[in-house]
Amino acid sequence: MVTTEIKKHPWHMVEPSPWPFTGTVAGLLLAIGGVWFMHEGQPWVLLAGFAVLFATFFGWWRDVVREAERDHAHTPPVQHGLRMGMVLFIASEVMFFFAFFWAYFNASIPALSFAASPTWPPEGVVPLETWELPFLNTLILLTSGATVTYAHHAILAGERAKAFHGTLLTAVLGFLFLGFQAYEYGHAAFGIEDGIYSSTFYLATGFHGFHVFVGACFLAVCALRIRSGHFTPTQHVGFEAAAWYWHFVDVVWLFLFTCVYWWGSYGFKG
Amino acid sequence: MAYAASPSAHADHGHHHPTGWRRWVYSTNHKDIGTMYIVLSIFSALIGGGMSWMIRLELAEPGIQFIQDAQFYNVMVTAHGLLMVFFVVMPGLIGGFGNWFVPLMIGAPDMAFPRMNNVSFWLLAAALCLLVTAGLTGTGPGTGWTFYPPLSNSTFHSGPAVDFGILSLHLAGASSILGAINFITTILNMRTPGMTMHRMPLFVWSMLITAFLLLLAVPVLAGALTMLLTDRNFGTSFFAPEGGGDPVLWQHLFWFFGHPEVYIMIIPAFGIISQVVSTFSKKPVFGYLGMAYAMVSIGFIGFVVWAHHMYTVGLDVNTRAYFVLATMIIAVPTGIKIFSWLATMWGGSIEFKTPMLFATGFIALFVVGGVTGVVLANAGLDVQLQDTYYVIAHFHYVLSVAAVFALTTGFYYWIGKMSGRQYPETLGKIHFWLTFVGVNVLFFPQHFLGVAGMPRRIPDYPDAFAGWNMVSSIGALIVALGTLLFLFIIWRTLAAGRVAEANPWGVGATTLEWSVPSPAPFHTHEDLPRVSAQPAE
Repeated sequence: MVTTEIKKHPWHMVEPSPWPFTGTVAGLLLAIGGVWFMHEGQPWVLLAGFAVLFATFFGWWRDVVREAERDHAHTPPVQHGLRMGMVLFIASEVMFFFAFFWAYFNASIPALSFAASPTWPPEGVVPLETWELPFLNTLILLTSGATVTYAHHAILAGERAKAFHGTLLTAVLGFLFLGFQAYEYGHAAFGIEDGIYSSTFYLATGFHGFHVFVGACFLAVCALRIRSGHFTPTQHVGFEAAAWYWHFVDVVWLFLFTCVYWWGSYGFKG
Repeated sequence: MAYAASPSAHADHGHHHPTGWRRWVYSTNHKDIGTMYIVLSIFSALIGGGMSWMIRLELAEPGIQFIQDAQFYNVMVTAHGLLMVFFVVMPGLIGGFGNWFVPLMIGAPDMAFPRMNNVSFWLLAAALCLLVTAGLTGTGPGTGWTFYPPLSNSTFHSGPAVDFGILSLHLAGASSILGAINFITTILNMRTPGMTMHRMPLFVWSMLITAFLLLLAVPVLAGALTMLLTDRNFGTSFFAPEGGGDPVLWQHLFWFFGHPEVYIMIIPAFGIISQVVSTFSKKPVFGYLGMAYAMVSIGFIGFVVWAHHMYTVGLDVNTRAYFVLATMIIAVPTGIKIFSWLATMWGGSIEFKTPMLFATGFIALFVVGGVTGVVLANAGLDVQLQDTYYVIAHFHYVLSVAAVFALTTGFYYWIGKMSGRQYPETLGKIHFWLTFVGVNVLFFPQHFLGVAGMPRRIPDYPDAFAGWNMVSSIGALIVALGTLLFLFIIWRTLAAGRVAEANPWGVGATTLEWSVPSPAPFHTHEDLPRVSAQPAE
């Protein structure tokens, strides 16, 4: 039923939506398929879960963009809420990484745990060279932080071409970083099953890499939206969310580089 | 109006009112979603309560009664704990009453992210399916709700059951994190003009603090569960000593989540009790600001006391001394709340309707659970009491009694507003007395059993513990009768309850939810109410 009265408040009353339920179906398929796959089964249910998940993401965010562009539902107070939501989501992500850093320091600092390794890296582990690929990746991510800020300023100034190029360059740098990480994983002297050093290394850097992938995809979508003229100097919450997320990913990497790569290989007697 | 109307010539989509199954499955309405949470909570309570009933039957007398397989007993204990924590108390207090009444109390037309609100609910429903699947897979997860390795690793639980349990908690955690983001954004961003932070009802304060605890604690559990999953399936050794890992790390990570979690379960209860005590004493809450900031303090301190769950794992003495002190400090803001509730009643015109009975029951029994908590906070005593029934008695007084009393309080207080039907008063009072007597007969003797040394999580015990176990099981029978009466009351209320007024409680009920009709219309506060001052000011 549609009424013709004007809304008397600034808030966004969202239409009923199928995506929460399809997303839940995806979650169930991923869980059941994941367990089946981990216990020597077929991967099909897991892959179906991913398919439904990506369909859900696409539909959900397509609707969000439509609500912003077509319905003008994102009034300034609603935009404020969306920004707040993104900041809170990033805070929860910080706490997720907190758990892996805890595991890492629990294993490497004897003052924190009786089970910690007396030397770090532990006896027999050959760590990666800090000042080769890891340092290059640090430079790449720091540069990408600058390019995303360049794009942000371009959006604020209403310069669409510059914004597009800056955002695209940021995403490309992100994928370049991932390429180097993949190369590094392939050439490391230790595999994921080689004890606590490799457990903490691969889980912490692996989840960071996954977040780089998500952030780079987010930026790539933003680049397409810039080209379509979605963002104005006064309304570009989607871009801001991507930029903030990117800075978060950047900061996590700085901690990983400092603690895991640099300090973590400092005690190596090769 | 403080805000200009939406510039779109578009019709207001908020008036879209779907019917049939789509109304629930596609919902973006905080009231419908809150109702679904409450239904899920009651459903889970019946399953989880059934499991505790089986536990009490088995323990009524020494020897094995009917559970031949100790693993089955462990699965009952595990599923009971997980169900009650993640699928009864949290969905009831936060997803149910939080969703229903936070927007109503702050004068918002809905939550900040109505669509995400729905995914929070359905993810929890999926998590419940996975938990049931875990229980039915192989011999089930017999790890206890804490999933401690090595018992939870692939050596001792090689089947898929524990993996299903882990993934169930992953989905429940995602649901909680999204819900927390939603509540914080709603409360910080969508208060109606004049509704300053220091004019918010205490229930809204309690939900804000709870949401922050969820936001910061649940991701740590997600990290820990992920490590356990890779330990079990991908050859990592986070918790495996043979690979240089540390089983105690799991306990640190788990309790860094788990201790805030117990406050996540009780702070919303504080909020409900504050509203109800104020309403039925016909007085504003005593020391409003102190009450709000006491909850904030409890939330803060709740993050730095986690290792009091780990006194016997070999922490050094300085660490244990710190955790004793930090834990006992929590009694201070908690005491502020208890005495402020009493001061609210002091000199009030008290009316003991059913919600007020349950609220006063809450205060009395929460104090009992609280003081045994102060006892257990002492590392020296805890060496003796760790893993005994004294601990069981302590946390069942604050959870099974206090948190569940708060759930019941909220139900009787708000059912008229939610359904438009008022509960039968006499039956409600009988329900209170049955439950109040029942839980005390059930749980108080467990203190004696614990001090005498009866361990938790065992299906059989020495004859010396026979007497109080029988008393405890009789208490469980009384509570079960109360539960059956409660189910009858729910049916009676919805089928033939008298029509509820907008405000059935009179002058004491001053919050905004009593200013809208009963049952609350599908959309409320579309004309934003203006708040000038608390009646107290």
